[in-house]
Amino acid sequence: MAERINVLKTYKIFIGGKFPRTESGRFYQLNNRSKAIANVCLSSRKDLRNAVVAARGAFEKWSSATAYNRSQILYRMAEMMEGRKDQFISELVFQGVDKNKAAEEVDLSIDRVIYFAGWADKINQVFGSVNPVASSHFNFSLMEPMGVVGLVAPERPGLLGLLSSLCPILVSGNCAVVLASEKLPLCSITLAEVLATSDVPAGVVNILTGKKEEIIVHLSKHMDVNAIYLTDNLEYKKLVQEEAIQNLKRIVVGNQKSWHDESVENPYIITEFMETKTTWHPVEIISGSGAGY
Amino acid sequence: MKKDIKPLKFSGKWDFDPAPESVDHINLKEQYGLFINGKFEDPQSGNYFPSTNPATEEHLSMIAEAGEKDVNNAVTAARKAYEGPWSRMSAKERGKYIFRIARLIQEKSRELAVIETLDGGKPIRESRDVDIPITAAHFFYYAGWTDKLKYAFPNRNPKPVGVAGQVIPWNFPLMMAAWKIAPALATGNTVVLKPAETTSLTALKLAEIIQEADLPKGVVNIITGAGSTGAGIVNHPDIDKIAFTGSTGVGKIIMKAIAGSNKKSTMELGGKAANIIFEDAPLDQAVEGVINGIYFNQGHVCCAGSRLFVQESVYDIVLRKLKDRIQSLILGNPLDKNTDIGAINSKEQLGTINKYLKIGQQEGAEMFQLDCSLPKKGFWCPPTLFTNVSQSHVIAKEEIFGPVLAIQTFRTIDEVITKANNTPFGLSAGVWTDKGSKIFNLTSQMRAGVVWANTYNKFDPTSPFGGYKESGHGREGGLHGLTPYLNF
Amino acid sequence: MEVFISPKVDKVGIEDRVNRITKRSIKKEAKLEGLKMALSMVDLTTLEGMDTTNKVTQMCYKAQHLHDEFPGLPTVAAVCVFPNFVKIAVDALKGSSIKVASVATAFPSGHSSLDVKITDTKMAVDAGAHEVDMVISRGKFHMGDFNYVHDEIAAIKEACGKSVRLKVILETGELGNLDNVRLASDIAIAAGADFIKTSTGKIKPAATLPVTLVMLEAIKDHYYKTGNMIGMKPAGGISNSKLALQYLVMVKETLGVKWLDNHWFRFGASSLANDLLMQILKQSTGAYQSANYFSKD
Repeated sequence: MAERINVLKTYKIFIGGKFPRTESGRFYQLNNRSKAIANVCLSSRKDLRNAVVAARGAFEKWSSATAYNRSQILYRMAEMMEGRKDQFISELVFQGVDKNKAAEEVDLSIDRVIYFAGWADKINQVFGSVNPVASSHFNFSLMEPMGVVGLVAPERPGLLGLLSSLCPILVSGNCAVVLASEKLPLCSITLAEVLATSDVPAGVVNILTGKKEEIIVHLSKHMDVNAIYLTDNLEYKKLVQEEAIQNLKRIVVGNQKSWHDESVENPYIITEFMETKTTWHPVEIISGSGAGY
Repeated sequence: MKKDIKPLKFSGKWDFDPAPESVDHINLKEQYGLFINGKFEDPQSGNYFPSTNPATEEHLSMIAEAGEKDVNNAVTAARKAYEGPWSRMSAKERGKYIFRIARLIQEKSRELAVIETLDGGKPIRESRDVDIPITAAHFFYYAGWTDKLKYAFPNRNPKPVGVAGQVIPWNFPLMMAAWKIAPALATGNTVVLKPAETTSLTALKLAEIIQEADLPKGVVNIITGAGSTGAGIVNHPDIDKIAFTGSTGVGKIIMKAIAGSNKKSTMELGGKAANIIFEDAPLDQAVEGVINGIYFNQGHVCCAGSRLFVQESVYDIVLRKLKDRIQSLILGNPLDKNTDIGAINSKEQLGTINKYLKIGQQEGAEMFQLDCSLPKKGFWCPPTLFTNVSQSHVIAKEEIFGPVLAIQTFRTIDEVITKANNTPFGLSAGVWTDKGSKIFNLTSQMRAGVVWANTYNKFDPTSPFGGYKESGHGREGGLHGLTPYLNF
Repeated sequence: MEVFISPKVDKVGIEDRVNRITKRSIKKEAKLEGLKMALSMVDLTTLEGMDTTNKVTQMCYKAQHLHDEFPGLPTVAAVCVFPNFVKIAVDALKGSSIKVASVATAFPSGHSSLDVKITDTKMAVDAGAHEVDMVISRGKFHMGDFNYVHDEIAAIKEACGKSVRLKVILETGELGNLDNVRLASDIAIAAGADFIKTSTGKIKPAATLPVTLVMLEAIKDHYYKTGNMIGMKPAGGISNSKLALQYLVMVKETLGVKWLDNHWFRFGASSLANDLLMQILKQSTGAYQSANYFSKD
């Protein structure tokens, strides 16, 4: 019997819940041991524009979902990933990762999603505050999502790095525009397939592959992006910080030495993509405000 | 409401006699040097510039202008103090120094209030009842944090950042110094602070207090000067953190200067806050809140409620009440205890405000002002409101930083939320309604760092303050105000 | 059936405003002028179970001779007595411009039938009272029967006739909160009150600055709506000059200078007059005064 011809997968980008080809029509070839393994979209500034529009459009719904709901949706995402474990592993292997390490990475990635999913309805309990002001007012501070966050994803590990940096952005209600790893982009597109079939609303996560060098400046300049998480690629730090000034976006520069490290699991990174809002309201009769009338 | 009813009249009978606060107890030197390493010294250049009273244009004192070398000396002193006594001291002892500063400010509060008013033009009622008490309270609040930081950041090991460079504005000179210095010291940092060039005096009095408190030399350095001195601090390679309060324009220049470096930053920048009145609001208190929101400190407030949105069904009555309330305000000598509206801080700022008044009129908005005579000397602008304003008017978009209110109307809650958030700024907002569920809807939808519901322009050391979007980043005040001065 | 909807009041906002008003510094000529103005606005009051003809006569004499040693003083605005003493007061004040006010309508509780209240009112009016200070039915108010409260005030106003001015006492100390103070003010004004008044003096708290501010705002809104002025009378608990001046500042800055007149503003008080006199003398002579030098009637 003749050997079956494999059906090769076309890796497309992920915008607003759909999988368009890049508007540019360009691609780059991904190699493993000098063998071409996939053609990956070279996203353009227009793809970025579309991704930001999609993210902005999804923000109101995602940020106003109950924390319990967001938590469940992220947990559901982990469930879906569990079902696709083999695919993620083989894709990592395909891109040159050792098989055992790939399996370990996928397990850890799924656990990371569950870790952060659990923070959705706890973050404000830990980081919010009731402030005892010296007047007749009730005063409290809560954390709110910032809006649209650009994620310059870690180059490696391909799946673990992406999820460890993406989940802290999402869990509080932000929407993300991801510039995927250039060297290991395949898992990000497969993750997009998970997202597309999970309960994560369209537009909450948008994933662009391509050359970071080409898009990062446009992401940094974009007036409708509220924050950028530059996880590595620190060679772009000055550029990103300078271009971000036009609308004073928040720039979070990563200092994570290893994405496998347990220290990745902390809530402080979630708060980096949140704003503190303080609310005042009068309270009748607090000691010091003459009782009675 | 009947339209032809005469406005209420607030003068012409029982007008109050002048009630000026006495100035004979204050102690101002003819000349102030730079406070570096625990003592006042001459600037290397020998240059001094005058500080004047904006209400009278009278000369108050000569202020040293710090140059590059002076900045370097201050940073060096701060670094030495940071690596020396300050980081070796136990947190508890550090706290006791800060408590001591708080107490000394309370003891000298009247003198500080008078100098603040002389130097900046703000009414003595405000410097006495707001600026100085909050200044003392801020030190008092943060003093208590020094030995409790581990409870503020569970599972973390917070460490001071190092030397903080702090540049503050002229609208709340001493209070801003407190907002900067108190959390920096409480978290174990040392400080180089530069007050605004038009309002250096209370910061220099604070330097004297710090001397009196016997704080180890170099922990707080206060150097005076204009923009170039500030730039010297921002660009100094041995500064670990920049804390700036001022305009969004200057904030962007600073962010550009430190881009790519390892300097941390907090920015408290401009605002164009929406104050929203619904038909079911307690209208008289809302009107009072609007007055307090925009005319407090002559509108020189980054969180001033400079855009008023009134639901159409109560627009006529609210406007009438506002106009009458404006006419009952007293403009004049800032030292007079009855003065509501003091002097504009500087000639330059008055020029800016007047430019916007002109633009507003040219744009077709209708201007209404307090009917009063302005003092012959000094810089003055009567409380002003504009009607016939739309979102596209310049006076509804740009920060004026003066006593100028732009009024618009709205019909539905969705409409007003959209309009309120339709700005690059996001420092503060105000909402007025009697209905609880509506309040929580609005306060959560406002993209702003401080939301006042049925109140406005309240400040407290325990209450985090700071903006969204182009109003800056980082928080000052409260537990959240510790974070910007710590590394984890 | 009328529906009464009143604007809401935020108590903390009211207190903020009051706080600002009390920080006004009234000095020199303005102080003297204010003290004299306050004196001219006093309703000198005796409303005791043990009131007698002699007591009322003595008070009326005092009303006309506040402190004869010091010329140029105004007289008080009115004396305020129970209906059965109106005739005595009218006679005692003959020839002066001081008005006679009488409480009525089953003062202070207001618990009686409308007929009795009307009779009570007419008794005072027939005896020559220029002003009637009625109490509202707080029980009915708390039961939500605002129409009853309104109609009763309207009936008493009718009984007063055109020339007698009606002051409506809300007894704010029994109303429970400032929203109710505002609502009761609006009802009283709608029913024809010439004045609204805080208290009987028999319930604590009586007049306070926050309550007065709420009532002044009701008067202001009525003015905006109709152009008509309504008078205001805080009563009870105002015993010193400093507080009286704070009330006047509040009137000035809320309603304007037109209300700074005893036709539109009164203090219901008994001991305030002597304190005002002492302060006026202090302001004029520079010496702090002793109560022993001021007659107590």
